[in-house]
Amino acid sequence: MGRRFVIREAETVGPNTVRLVVAAPRVAAHARPGQFVIVRASRHGERIPLTICESRPNEGTITLVVQAVGSTTIQINNMAVGDHLEDVLGPLGTPTEIKGFGTCAAVAGGVGAAIVLPVAKALSEAENHVIAIVGARNAGHLILLEEMAVATDEVVITTDDGSAGLHGFVTDALGTLLAERDIDYVFAAGPIPMMQAVAETTRERRISTVASLNPIMVDGTGMCGGCRVTVGSESRFACIDGPEFDAHAVDFVALNTRNTAYLDFETCRLGEAKETLGA
Amino acid sequence: MPELTKRERMRMDRTNMPTRSAGDRASDFDEVNLGFTSAMAVLEASRCLECKHPVCVDGCPVGIRIDDFIRHVADGDVVSAAAVIYEDNLFAGICGRVCPQESQCEGACVLDKKGRPIAIGHLERFVADQERIRALSEPSPPAPQTGRKVAVVGSGPAGLACAGDLTQKGHAVTVFEALHELGGVLVYGIPEFRLPKDIVAAEINSLEDRGVQFETDVLIGSGTTLDELMDDEDFDAVFIGTGAGLPRFPGIEGEELIGVYSANEFLTRVNLMKAHESDSETPVYDLAHRPVVVIGGGNTAVDGARAALRLGATPVRMLYRRSGAEMPARDEEIEHAIDEGVEITYLVAPTSFNGADGWLKSVTVQEMQLGEPDENGRARPEPIKDAYETIESDVAIVAIGNAPNPVLTRSTPDLDTTKWGTIAVDEDTGQTSIPGVFAGGDITTGGATVILALAAGRKAAAAINEYLA
Repeated sequence: MGRRFVIREAETVGPNTVRLVVAAPRVAAHARPGQFVIVRASRHGERIPLTICESRPNEGTITLVVQAVGSTTIQINNMAVGDHLEDVLGPLGTPTEIKGFGTCAAVAGGVGAAIVLPVAKALSEAENHVIAIVGARNAGHLILLEEMAVATDEVVITTDDGSAGLHGFVTDALGTLLAERDIDYVFAAGPIPMMQAVAETTRERRISTVASLNPIMVDGTGMCGGCRVTVGSESRFACIDGPEFDAHAVDFVALNTRNTAYLDFETCRLGEAKETLGA
Repeated sequence: MPELTKRERMRMDRTNMPTRSAGDRASDFDEVNLGFTSAMAVLEASRCLECKHPVCVDGCPVGIRIDDFIRHVADGDVVSAAAVIYEDNLFAGICGRVCPQESQCEGACVLDKKGRPIAIGHLERFVADQERIRALSEPSPPAPQTGRKVAVVGSGPAGLACAGDLTQKGHAVTVFEALHELGGVLVYGIPEFRLPKDIVAAEINSLEDRGVQFETDVLIGSGTTLDELMDDEDFDAVFIGTGAGLPRFPGIEGEELIGVYSANEFLTRVNLMKAHESDSETPVYDLAHRPVVVIGGGNTAVDGARAALRLGATPVRMLYRRSGAEMPARDEEIEHAIDEGVEITYLVAPTSFNGADGWLKSVTVQEMQLGEPDENGRARPEPIKDAYETIESDVAIVAIGNAPNPVLTRSTPDLDTTKWGTIAVDEDTGQTSIPGVFAGGDITTGGATVILALAAGRKAAAAINEYLA
């Protein structure tokens, strides 16, 4: 059954980052912004969540943007057109709440741009004025800029080293924006410390802020509870209740800690994966 | 064997199931029970008193004609025994291993009063294994096709049983499974040492041979909806057997600590993802020489404890809030677990998980005493004031039950649910509030047993067959 999820297009979009167009008709027919798939690269592979960056129902394909950070994502990054993913399950998760908010800031850190893009696009289509803030370590790590420019009304670029756009973090740009203009809604996706910083930036002004969380998952269907995150005083399952939550209520520290649970194992696997691939 | 008198039969001892020694088995995942030899099976079957009114049959949720199959085993005719069992249960190899016989067929057996009920489960397993190993029976001829299509959602015991029966009636059945492997709780939940996965695979293969189609990686409700199955994919009826897959947590401090697992997650990592095997890319915490506690007293809790033990954990301590008499796990599993070195502490309930730097270090428990019976007739555990203990543990496996998985019900507003979130059904037919849509198993009852799910799947299959007529 593995042959179903064939890679139709593969393109490098950044350092160790590829964009794959994968045949997954059932997923493509239903995917909505904010949803994700669980993927296994190979028969002994682990199940990992990946955000659906785009879906083309007519072609029966979904687009995934994958940064090689662990053994599974390294395997996927080395796949070529004609190869296939062993399993693709989805769409999973609760879609983003899209409505007319007014002026929205869509804040993306690093590969989080792949999560922000479909949401920004949907917000624009719902007649919001959307300002994208796209940040990365340096110019080379900025991805999906053209797509973001097409999907939104304004794009602000930041880099940590100043090699492109504003010199600084996305939160610096967001802070400036909040000081100058009325922003009604903020959406953030990226590294956990970045999302936490976004939440802190908007907290005082009480601007409705949503973060797309990335906890460790296994099944992705609510069955294992491994992806539970603390939101307010409650424990919620990111796979079915999320992955998006009110950023002001999320316990980012606990999430960050939980995501280190298998660091030793991953480091070990990563070494093996690199060795196998001669990387 | 010469004909035995009733008195002679009543004097015979129950034949013990041969097992691997506790020392051997506690460090690997191979099956614990070795199965009866033919001689053992004939001997055990010959103890049957052949009651005029076989009460054992009444004790079986699917009504297997136990007296008939046992007589065939006593006569050495395994083929006929298998034919009798398969009339009512296509999954004898599974049920012979995991049914709670002591509260069903064997609990009803008249010899149970003497503490020596016929080992019906072990005999069922014997027949199924012989049948599978030797491929004894002629495959039944395919039924004439009706041209009607039925979708089965979930490939656990309820779905498989429903699919099996509907195929026998000539309907075209497609089973949709969310995970990448078929079998539901039989593969992600129940460990290899209790139910080898090749047995599950063989019983699923036999359904494929009968024409059942399977599609993995499909989560009905998130994506393809029930309406689409019926309107766009032309299914004439749907059976929902999605199980009780939403783990409960006790709701106490420290649940977010690394090291606190739901039993579902721990067992899925081990059973489904094979995290303990070297070529698996799925991690599981290194349990070697580390203290583990398991919270709960059901089969899942015992499975979690025994799996942790096999990953090298020591000590492994089960914490159950009632006493041994109320413990819902199968007797055989509890005995096996204790033999292997699992410790059980009764009458304690966790009050907090305690950690350092985000990792679990200990669990604080409060002592309990048994009070008045609850609505199910089980004595209610009541906390004893100021009686606390803190138990060192690096990993806590929480096995206190599951709520119904909400994915399908959330996306199907027309599907009526109960106040517990289970799908509301007519008990006799499994009919839901949507015409043509039936449901059964844990998604309608809450967490129960494999055999009750099989029974519900079969009942719904009969109702679906009638609905399609």
